[in-house]
Amino acid sequence: MAPLAFLLVLVVVAAWLIAAYNGLIALKNQTLNAFKQIDVQLKRRHDLIPNLVNAVRGAMDFEKSTLEAVIQARNQAVKVNATGPEGIKQISRAENTLSSALQRLMVVVEQYPQLRATGNIGQLQEELTSTENKVAFARQLYNDTATQYNTKQQQFPTSFVAGLAKAQPADLWEIEDQGEKAVPQVDLSLKPKT
Amino acid sequence: MSDEASLNLFQQQEANRRRTAVLVAGFVVFFAWLGFGGDYIYYLLTRDAPRQAYHHAFPWFGIGLSLAAAAIAWYAYRTGPQKVLWSTGAREIVDPRTDQERQLVNVVEEMAIAAGVPRPRIWIVDDPDPNAFATGTDPLHAHVAVTQGVLDLCTRDELQGVVAHELGHVKNLDVRLMTMLAALVGAVALMHDGTSRVLRPGGGSSDERKPSPLVIILLVVWIVSWILAPIIAQLLALGVSRKREYLADAMSAQFTRNPLALASALQKIEGAEAPTTHIKRGAAHLCIADPLGRRLTSHEGLFADALATHPPMAKRIAILRGMGYAQLKQEGR
Repeated sequence: MAPLAFLLVLVVVAAWLIAAYNGLIALKNQTLNAFKQIDVQLKRRHDLIPNLVNAVRGAMDFEKSTLEAVIQARNQAVKVNATGPEGIKQISRAENTLSSALQRLMVVVEQYPQLRATGNIGQLQEELTSTENKVAFARQLYNDTATQYNTKQQQFPTSFVAGLAKAQPADLWEIEDQGEKAVPQVDLSLKPKT
Repeated sequence: MSDEASLNLFQQQEANRRRTAVLVAGFVVFFAWLGFGGDYIYYLLTRDAPRQAYHHAFPWFGIGLSLAAAAIAWYAYRTGPQKVLWSTGAREIVDPRTDQERQLVNVVEEMAIAAGVPRPRIWIVDDPDPNAFATGTDPLHAHVAVTQGVLDLCTRDELQGVVAHELGHVKNLDVRLMTMLAALVGAVALMHDGTSRVLRPGGGSSDERKPSPLVIILLVVWIVSWILAPIIAQLLALGVSRKREYLADAMSAQFTRNPLALASALQKIEGAEAPTTHIKRGAAHLCIADPLGRRLTSHEGLFADALATHPPMAKRIAILRGMGYAQLKQEGR
């Protein structure tokens, strides 16, 4: 009887080990995939911006600086080509600058009703909104998945298997405080004086 | 509800796979019961017949009906989504032409990214009443349909909430179970309508010999189950869909991080009193809100629990608002 019980315990433990290991591997791959998704969306945004800028250039002679800021931020972001945790920081810094430049552009477009009246500016606005949303949602998915992965590998008792599955905490995609805080101030300064 | 909502995504998907398998098995077993039961009754009836008369020995009905049921289930799995879409008269948006369509495509793409699923195919139902549904067999073969009413009435944020709700159904494989259910319920109703014309009660057995009580009991049970089939199927459809709406609402809030937008969308959907005429009873349990505008949906209780396809809208809105305010409080606003 005793050897049978021992065997049973062994089988249960082995089954748990396999399940925990596979769960961690699945989460790890999901995290990697979610990170790739951000890349895809960022690339898409980089490709889109020149077209957008060309579309409004004629109508927006009076806001040259805003447009130039967007172009400059875009070119900066394209240039960043780094990997590793330091790379993530660099990329996110450049992308955040681009995001705030784009947000400023959107605010400008909103402030000039005559701009919105001309043809495809409405479409342009929709494209800008959607592009920004896609980047934001890709980041959100990555952060959610990475948090799940990090929690799993630190939690008892899965933490014992973490070493076996070569699990390491994934870096979250953080929004730099400065970039995010600067935007509302710019918004205020662009309010039309009534 | 809590036991259902506390499952994680993987368990939820697993539960839906299992429920679909059980549903299909139940469907085949039910038809096997009808077939073999009929065979057995026929066998008992002809057992005492004279030597030269027909003796029912081989269970033709049972084998035939079981095979037919399996074939129907397979066919339903393959063509269920198309049938559901066809029954609502939806048109697919391949390349968007108007600003509204472009926005819908963008919103669906955004939500697919947020949910981490491939972009589903997008359909519009030309109905002024706001409603939406999702169908398909898995995230790779999924369809999301919204009515024209949603596009007309909802803001971009609200549309996001609605689409995210549907993608919640797609992601946790609710669509597979609910589409199969729609297809099988349709099949049962259709076959019932067809055969009840052939199966006139009391026809045929005009001879004077008294069958044994066992045969009579069997016959009664068999006929009752034949009559009850569509009702059972309908009840199944009702029971399976209600609790999932809360879960899909919660998933929508997770994807958009904006539960208040879905709450206000639901309010608009609820406020538009008219029923969604394009969506018939068969696909009702797939929708975000009851398309038939039934009273039962407006309260919760034993009776409504047994008969309504959707949980009370007021409660769903209240839960979403609760999430929204908790979120605002956390952000310190």
